[in-house]
Amino acid sequence: MSKRKFKYVGTRPIRPDGVEKVTGRANYGADIMLPGMLHGAIARSEHAHARIVRIDTSAAEAMDGVRAVLTGADFPDIPNQWMGDDEGGIDFGAIAQNCMARDRVLYHGHALAAVAATTTAIAQEACRRIEVEYEVLPAVMDLDTALSPDATILHPEAHVRDGQPSNIATKIVYEGGELDDAFTQADVIVEREFKTPMVHQGYIEPHGCTVRFNEDGKYTIWCSTQGAFGVQMFAAMVLGLDPNLIKCVPTEIGGGFGGKTTIYLEPVAMLLARHTGRPVRMVMTREEVFRASGPTSGGQVRVKIGAKRDGTFVAGDCEITLEAGAFRGSPAGAAAMTALSSYRFPSYRIQSYDVVVNKPKVAAYRAPGAPISNFAVESCIDELSRELEIDPIELRLQNAVEEGDRAPYGPVFKQIGLRETLEQARAHPHYSAPLGENQGRGIACGFWFNAGLQSSAIVSVNADGSAIVRTGNPDIGGSRASMAIMVAEEIGIPVERVRPMVGDTESVGYTDLTGGSRVTFATGMAVIEASQKVVLQLRERAAIIWGVEVDDVRWEDGVAYGLNAAADQDPMPLHVVAPQLRTTGGPVVASAQVSPPAAGPGFATHICDIEVDPETGRSQVVRYTTVQDAGKAVHPSYVEGQMQGGAAQGIGWALNEEYVWDEDGKVENPGFLDYRMPVASDLPMIDTVIVEVPNPIHPYGVRGVGETPIVPPLATVANAMRSATGVRFEQLPMSPPRVLAATDETGS
Amino acid sequence: MGKLHIETQINGEPAEFLCEGHQSLLEVLRDGVGLLGTKEGCTTGDCGACSVMLDGRLVPSCLVLAAETEGRTVETIEGVATGDQLHPIQQKFLEHAALQCGICTPGLIVATRALLEKNPNPTETEARYFLAGNLCRCTGYDKIIRAVLDAAAEMRGEAG
Repeated sequence: MSKRKFKYVGTRPIRPDGVEKVTGRANYGADIMLPGMLHGAIARSEHAHARIVRIDTSAAEAMDGVRAVLTGADFPDIPNQWMGDDEGGIDFGAIAQNCMARDRVLYHGHALAAVAATTTAIAQEACRRIEVEYEVLPAVMDLDTALSPDATILHPEAHVRDGQPSNIATKIVYEGGELDDAFTQADVIVEREFKTPMVHQGYIEPHGCTVRFNEDGKYTIWCSTQGAFGVQMFAAMVLGLDPNLIKCVPTEIGGGFGGKTTIYLEPVAMLLARHTGRPVRMVMTREEVFRASGPTSGGQVRVKIGAKRDGTFVAGDCEITLEAGAFRGSPAGAAAMTALSSYRFPSYRIQSYDVVVNKPKVAAYRAPGAPISNFAVESCIDELSRELEIDPIELRLQNAVEEGDRAPYGPVFKQIGLRETLEQARAHPHYSAPLGENQGRGIACGFWFNAGLQSSAIVSVNADGSAIVRTGNPDIGGSRASMAIMVAEEIGIPVERVRPMVGDTESVGYTDLTGGSRVTFATGMAVIEASQKVVLQLRERAAIIWGVEVDDVRWEDGVAYGLNAAADQDPMPLHVVAPQLRTTGGPVVASAQVSPPAAGPGFATHICDIEVDPETGRSQVVRYTTVQDAGKAVHPSYVEGQMQGGAAQGIGWALNEEYVWDEDGKVENPGFLDYRMPVASDLPMIDTVIVEVPNPIHPYGVRGVGETPIVPPLATVANAMRSATGVRFEQLPMSPPRVLAATDETGS
Repeated sequence: MGKLHIETQINGEPAEFLCEGHQSLLEVLRDGVGLLGTKEGCTTGDCGACSVMLDGRLVPSCLVLAAETEGRTVETIEGVATGDQLHPIQQKFLEHAALQCGICTPGLIVATRALLEKNPNPTETEARYFLAGNLCRCTGYDKIIRAVLDAAAEMRGEAG
């Protein structure tokens, strides 16, 4: 596997969908226009927690141009039922209530009515004219309040702990060894408690969809999503429909980072389309994106780590508490699974709580949960390295997991590259470069387990010797290029001769979402296998042409070579075989499907230099290096792009991003001006080092690369800040006022 | 209420459209004129996805009233390529893999053209500050800045 010499894998061709995207021709979620289309809008709760006493839609319905007004009463009741386990799952009753509130609104922004009208302006004005009588209830806006003995309980019927209604939806525990005993063996113990705020994925494209209803009961949904089959199934579950009645056509997607793995607008647009008999387009405003879609959990993490004087870790103890938002489903499971998985802890305990609060229901965000627990653990390891006076990379190397080690959540690692990323980071010129005044350097590692799930692919060869590859994964960051490269590699034709296509729910076999860093890994496996079946068929056709057996034909780099009985035949390239397909059995088409039970984990080490202005507390990242194990980089530019983009998101999380709530639980900063994501002038170039420790599960050794890069930066930046200021920041973001206050306090 | 009849020039061609007084240029470009390459990210002038040139000046089209374009010139992403040739900025964005999802790309390319018209030889810092009004959430800006500087070199006639 690792010995294989590649011709196209590892090269950097221009992405096949590139021209459409640099010319503005590519169609995204808001770009589908149908004749006679209406425009939808949603009326949203003005309170963080309230009972809906009455909704009066008469003034809205009376407006010229309004064609339909819907409330929760128009949607079917879908019972709450958790499908999954403690580590993760889904509740379609909750999804349904999140798309449209019934008797209660659970956050400031919760949908409570919808309008379809001839223009967006009319639809929005009609929403303003919907009168809602609320009985305002106490809002549960933070974890301490949610867990206090006299807390208002969001879902008293659903979550019960120790016989009492509770805001704790789930508790997950992983334990091993003898924890208390182990801590008595430690020479040094670091124990601290950390807090991170709720943050948003921040994709630039708001959620958008267009829906058409046909009189035979069938719906077509065009939308921006990370998974068309997921939209089909979710929408069917929320509306109580047969999924077969729904076709989902994924448009291009303007960023998702996990936030477009669920549905918000689609079932609403479907009902509006059915009620009006007209196509309906719905697009969220930016304010709606912040108030009603996607965030990831705010969290509290308590960490205690014990080590011997020589640096050997003896015990780790973590307690993780995450905000789920209004409904169960924070990444408490993944945060726990990843918390202590990078190092050997002979004794450990990880407890993780999923807690409901009156904030938007969280959605997946790039390695969900892992950056939060990792921030806490890697900050503590930095403190340990200071107390032990051991270089932070050396300390990590001393304890790094490797092949054969068992992760606290169960699996035994196969070949992994954590150690290699640490060694490459130590050897990188960045690590030994001198620092300037008011500058500090930090490092941290990160781990994400990656997903396998289900994928399928169809590969066909045309009469001109070109090829087509069809998969079901929306291309969120260059995956068409990876698919084309893998087909080119197997068949032996230039990448430009392969046309990749993203299919809808009726043109490809079932495929799980674009998520879990799985597309180039898992869908790639299906593409490789289908391509290999195509090559077998091409050998059969060459055998027919030559009048020999298939075993007498070898296929290499796009050319059939005769063996044995065909040894005297001149080599026959694909462009000679392809025109003869029609006379040798017809088209060459092959499909393949995979369902890998595991994916092969990704590890990374990041280095950050930060400069802090002591007068203002403002900080600037002046140098940043990411080192990551990609297994095998299929298109290195897009691997680097994932590493750089994840680092940038993590830097934003560390330094500036946070939801701000007023005392009544209303979002105060639902826009890009006040929710401050990194802009070009905030960042330096982000250096990348790709390490390639082959993933034994994948034929080329590929590992998922998309999520791991957001795991280390929170701690990397915090460790750099510690070095620059002498202050250990236990709360994010490390925004200028907070840095100024902390440094003033210590007089540093 | 009657609609306004606006005569303007879009991408070098005379154009006319009907709009209401409150409608933004962004809304009319997309829903009225059918130029969907200009993207909506926020409608508050904070993200740059809807960047266009108005009389040669870079503006977020969400903060311009459509009616204000009467008698003026508008250039959008659709007017950046010439005939069957991509603009060097577009070509460099492709070569440097300077886009992932691509939603911010039209706005960034329009803004980059505005930068390079003003300053054909920007430093990295100048490029970063000029483009600070164009949010990209995917790339971390590294490959975008490299593409911009490389395009600038190519447009100056220097070997890239």
